[in-house]
Amino acid sequence: MTVAIIDYGSGNLNSALKAFERAAQELDSAPQIEVTADPDRVRAAERIVLPGVGAFADCMAGLRAVPGLLPALTEAVQDGGKPFLGICVGMQLLATRGLEYRETTGLGWVPGQVAALEPADPHLKIPHMGWNTIDQARPHPLLDGIPTGAKGLHAYFVHSFQLYATDNADVVATADYGGPLTAFVARGNVAGTQFHPEKSQTLGLALIANFLRWAP
Amino acid sequence: MLKFRVIPCLDVKDGRVVKGVNFVDLRDAGDPVECALAYDAAGADELCFLDITASHEDRGILLDVVRRTAARCFMPLTVGGGVRSVADIRQLLLAGADKVSIMSAAVTNRDFVREASEKFGSQCIVVAIDAKRVSTDDEAPRWEIFTHGGRRPTGLDALAYARDVVDRGAGELLLTSMDRDGTKAGFDLALTRAVADSVPVPVIASGGVGTLDHLVAGIREGHATAVLAASIFHFGEFTIREAKAHMAHAGLPMRLDP
Repeated sequence: MTVAIIDYGSGNLNSALKAFERAAQELDSAPQIEVTADPDRVRAAERIVLPGVGAFADCMAGLRAVPGLLPALTEAVQDGGKPFLGICVGMQLLATRGLEYRETTGLGWVPGQVAALEPADPHLKIPHMGWNTIDQARPHPLLDGIPTGAKGLHAYFVHSFQLYATDNADVVATADYGGPLTAFVARGNVAGTQFHPEKSQTLGLALIANFLRWAP
Repeated sequence: MLKFRVIPCLDVKDGRVVKGVNFVDLRDAGDPVECALAYDAAGADELCFLDITASHEDRGILLDVVRRTAARCFMPLTVGGGVRSVADIRQLLLAGADKVSIMSAAVTNRDFVREASEKFGSQCIVVAIDAKRVSTDDEAPRWEIFTHGGRRPTGLDALAYARDVVDRGAGELLLTSMDRDGTKAGFDLALTRAVADSVPVPVIASGGVGTLDHLVAGIREGHATAVLAASIFHFGEFTIREAKAHMAHAGLPMRLDP
């Protein structure tokens, strides 16, 4: 099995790579994990991970800037049904559109839009930065065996925008920050976390291992 | 619920931890990677490396330390010290830093903060502020920005500066009181609160921690969302776990994952 972590010039892929390598050690047959921007490698991969830091518009532009990458991604994930995990802005890109700096068309795989966090308590700091627990709206294989809820494990967040999903059924988990914010979305073979599993220690490594076993 | 953060800071010089970390039996107490792993295991919420290497030419050593830490430590890492250009930031992020802290370069060129945050996103740009009280006891309190370890005054008002760098895209402020740094007398709570209340981004309180109650006060009275300390942890006076348990006992929401 090969896992492609998409490299489109968006920041720190080293820690994502290392976390996936670490989580893969828990599996019976160790997958091969590679960081790549090559459309052919993306097509050939059995699982696809889209990280992302920075602004929505920049990240989307970065994806479009690699010739053939977007069609390869669409082919693998939308047509081929391969398991997909978006992380942070990589998760936000799943939306129909983003409103950070300027309106930008997203992948549209999870209908909704990405807009600024607006916690009910105006004293809360933005970015939402640090460790928060997550509340599961429904079960999902990627959260199997992971304690969630107020007394559960923590996930590491750092973001100022969030995905507002059109269909509530796509929201698997939320985090409380002056009201619920979207922490985890999933639709079919596509999943995305607003938090950083590669930085979330126990919870993160367990989620990544679940992703590597996931058969949607 | 979002938790408050406890952040140990390691001073790194020429790839080695200055003074070492003496709270557990490490094979090599001067190895930043070993120290980082020990803090990771102890429940630190983030780690901070401050590079105090004099020469910018030796940057490769720091990058190697960051790379080796990120390969084994799955928690957020902030790296600062001598960050002067977009290229410096890019190298650190690619090596595995999650956030980069900028100090002197932000003072000399405020637009660097904007350039950096537009390039990499505000979430990874921390501006480090070293402030010293310049008002007399009978005046309204006023703090000024100092550089070069508190030796060089800049004439910049700390509150105005803090607001300005946040307007330019800083996603977090690391605020150190140069009056309190190394004194163990506690944070400058008036400074911390004045800055935290005047910016919308998270503020990390730093400088002066001597007791665990100081950590509680930094958050409760200083309005910081994270507290940074070095010596009380490095020399084993308190463990990270003790610090977090104490803060939780005082009623602050803390991450106490096993």
